[in-house]
Amino acid sequence: MSDESFEPTVIGFTCNWCSYRAADLAGTARVKYPPNIRLIRLMCSGRLDPTFVLKAFSSGADGVLITGCHPGECHYLEQNYKALRRFHLLRRTLQGLGLEPERVKLVWASAAEGVKLAHEIASFVEEIRALGPLHWGGNGSNQSSVISGQSTAHAFKEVPA
Amino acid sequence: MTQDNGNSQDVQERIGVYVCHCGTNIAGTVDVQQVAEWAATRLKRRGVVIGRDYKFMCSSLGQELIENDIKELGLTRVVVAACSPHLHEATFRNACQRAGLNPYLCELVSIREQVSWVHTDKVAATVKSQAVVSGGVERVLRHEPLEPLRVPIHPATLVVGGGIAGIQSALEIADAGYRVYLVEREPSIGGHMAQFDKTFPTLDCSACILTPRMVQAGAHPNITLLTYSEVEKVDGYVGNFVVTIRKKARKINEELCTGCGICQEKCPVKVIDDVYEAGLGYRKVVYTPFPQAVPKFPVMDVENCTYFKKGTCKACEKFCPTNAIDFNQQDEVFSVEVGNIVLATGYDLFDARRVTNYGYGRLPNVFTSLEFERLSNAAGPTNGSIVLRDGKTVPKAVGIIHCVGSRDRNFNNYCSTICCMQGLKFAHLVHERTGATVYNFYIDMRTAYKAYDEFYQRVLEEGTLFVRGKVAEVTDVPRIKDEEGHLIIQCEDTLAGKQRRIPVDMVILSIGLQPRADAKETAKKFGLSCSADGWFIEKHPKLDPVATMTEGVYIAGCAQGPKDIPSSVAQGAAAAARVLGKIQQREMALEPVRASINQDQCSGCRICNNLCPFNAILFHDDRMVSEINPALCQGCGTCVAACPAGAISGTAFSNEQIMAQIEGLMLLNVGEEITL
Repeated sequence: MSDESFEPTVIGFTCNWCSYRAADLAGTARVKYPPNIRLIRLMCSGRLDPTFVLKAFSSGADGVLITGCHPGECHYLEQNYKALRRFHLLRRTLQGLGLEPERVKLVWASAAEGVKLAHEIASFVEEIRALGPLHWGGNGSNQSSVISGQSTAHAFKEVPA
Repeated sequence: MTQDNGNSQDVQERIGVYVCHCGTNIAGTVDVQQVAEWAATRLKRRGVVIGRDYKFMCSSLGQELIENDIKELGLTRVVVAACSPHLHEATFRNACQRAGLNPYLCELVSIREQVSWVHTDKVAATVKSQAVVSGGVERVLRHEPLEPLRVPIHPATLVVGGGIAGIQSALEIADAGYRVYLVEREPSIGGHMAQFDKTFPTLDCSACILTPRMVQAGAHPNITLLTYSEVEKVDGYVGNFVVTIRKKARKINEELCTGCGICQEKCPVKVIDDVYEAGLGYRKVVYTPFPQAVPKFPVMDVENCTYFKKGTCKACEKFCPTNAIDFNQQDEVFSVEVGNIVLATGYDLFDARRVTNYGYGRLPNVFTSLEFERLSNAAGPTNGSIVLRDGKTVPKAVGIIHCVGSRDRNFNNYCSTICCMQGLKFAHLVHERTGATVYNFYIDMRTAYKAYDEFYQRVLEEGTLFVRGKVAEVTDVPRIKDEEGHLIIQCEDTLAGKQRRIPVDMVILSIGLQPRADAKETAKKFGLSCSADGWFIEKHPKLDPVATMTEGVYIAGCAQGPKDIPSSVAQGAAAAARVLGKIQQREMALEPVRASINQDQCSGCRICNNLCPFNAILFHDDRMVSEINPALCQGCGTCVAACPAGAISGTAFSNEQIMAQIEGLMLLNVGEEITL
């Protein structure tokens, strides 16, 4: 696959109270962003089980965006801090698995920040485009494949801590 | 290759997929017909038996379409691809319910806010819509029929804070015939409003309009007044809170006390009153904060009492005609059951000492707004004479500085709302009572709301001088002879475009409001959160400024953010209306988004225990397993994600549902050809 025709697929996990509403607001305000992202609504970023991210990658996603309420503004008081902790652990785990940790990103977006969320999505899609396809799993027939040759090659690329 | 995403067995469910045009809102960017047909053909093996598109799914005809299909085609699951679930989830759930399908077997996926309105490429938007529908189909396959949790509502209410907002709330609820526990930390209700002299813009006497309300609240048969009391603990959940209250020992037997005031008169010790008189006046050790205090019972300041310090005196006891003094009285701790809670805990004033360049605390004739309120109050330490710190000199020139501690990135970024009008009120009072020249230093004049700007015009006409610019410094170091013996206000006059040094005799700092010092603790106690500035966060800043994210807890007055008296009263009444609505429902339905622990799978590791900020998870020591109280659980799902044994599952957001949705979403890659 040549990089020019590569269109990354990104899964976004959004919090019901802030970032999902920010996405709604981006829509209402007609702020444009690339169609490469598909959003999943969770009640809270704290609900994000890190295996969801691995599942997204194994199903063919090239990047995963996690979004939640700003620190101190969590609808459930402090659960976004727990999401933050898990996010850092997850990045480390991904690195250990041979994936670029940059394929997962955590962004805070309040319900009022539709424009910010749209910008974050657009820039994340570009970051993933620059990283190239993941080819980890993929849909249908590819399901059972483990890290393919190409991804292993990624693992040896320079990965910033 | 798009084939049942690795999950090839046929499913038993019968799913209907409904794709909305939303006029041209969706259909203008997404090929809705193709999405519906694609779902009906390519997702057939995933249980989709019908795919339809319709102009307006939310219209009654659109809803009937779904209802008829449920009845005629025997649908067991429904996916609607339309707008955001925050808009019409309830609409389509109700349609399903009318047709006899459990409402939680319906899934609304957003292809308007998240597709047609944010993308321009029609092909990409159509592919994404298909992926989103596929995600919805996979998710809805794992849905379970759910019933909302029903909890009874206890008819009593707790109101915390006896300022004007809390009083208003308590009175509204009590007048409607329900019990109210009004808890106030200070010895009397009344709050900050009881300290003020006049209120803007009408210049009514604050006490004259407040004290009748205080008396009403104190005498109301449905209000249990708990002054000099604090909430220690809140257990339970909406409809069923159990609140532990500490009633501090007044050392006065309230049954016997008649409030005659003889003890106060006879008490030989005077101390500076830092609270009510803002440090300008004195009070006795046995005291009521002000003559109109409600309740009328005094309190004893144990720290300063001679008897408690040296073991002798007891003058109050000797003279009390009803033997109401009780030196052995102890704090009482008890609990009350309430269904709803209104928090009206008010504000603290900004500490003017923090702005060192304005000299408060160092230069005696720099006053804060609260000190000026007491000075100008006829019942205050100077009987209403506006004089300098020496207690006799009437100022000839007065400078009033606005925005002290507000709209300042070094202190508080927000506007405290009331300081402009407060500064104008002071200007009027100084002008009226002393005839002094008055300068107001402001950044912007903010006089929104009814009759406020008219008041500004009036103060302008009275001859108050206005200087637009932020004051750099208040100093007592003169540069020229005319400045000697005065305070000098150094300021940039941005309208005239030059620096000014204005000598005055008195400076009043219009200080801002800030959250209570213990607002964070209070928030934690009641399960709320505070904004970055420290104010309690409301459920929605525009459409629900009274409710909070914790069901059954409402906020009113300045606890939510700076506001003036009319707004506090309005919000207090609004909170009461919401509480009354809840009480009259008798029971309420809670969304069944809850976590539960499979007791057989739980290993008792207790990892989840510390993750829950709502104390919904309890650990059974005897059986070594954890359990979730469904009424306390708010449904965030953090514990579900953390359980290493996979023993916790969340209804409506289970692992299976989300995993399936991910698979469904990834059925089509971005840029993939659409094939029917």
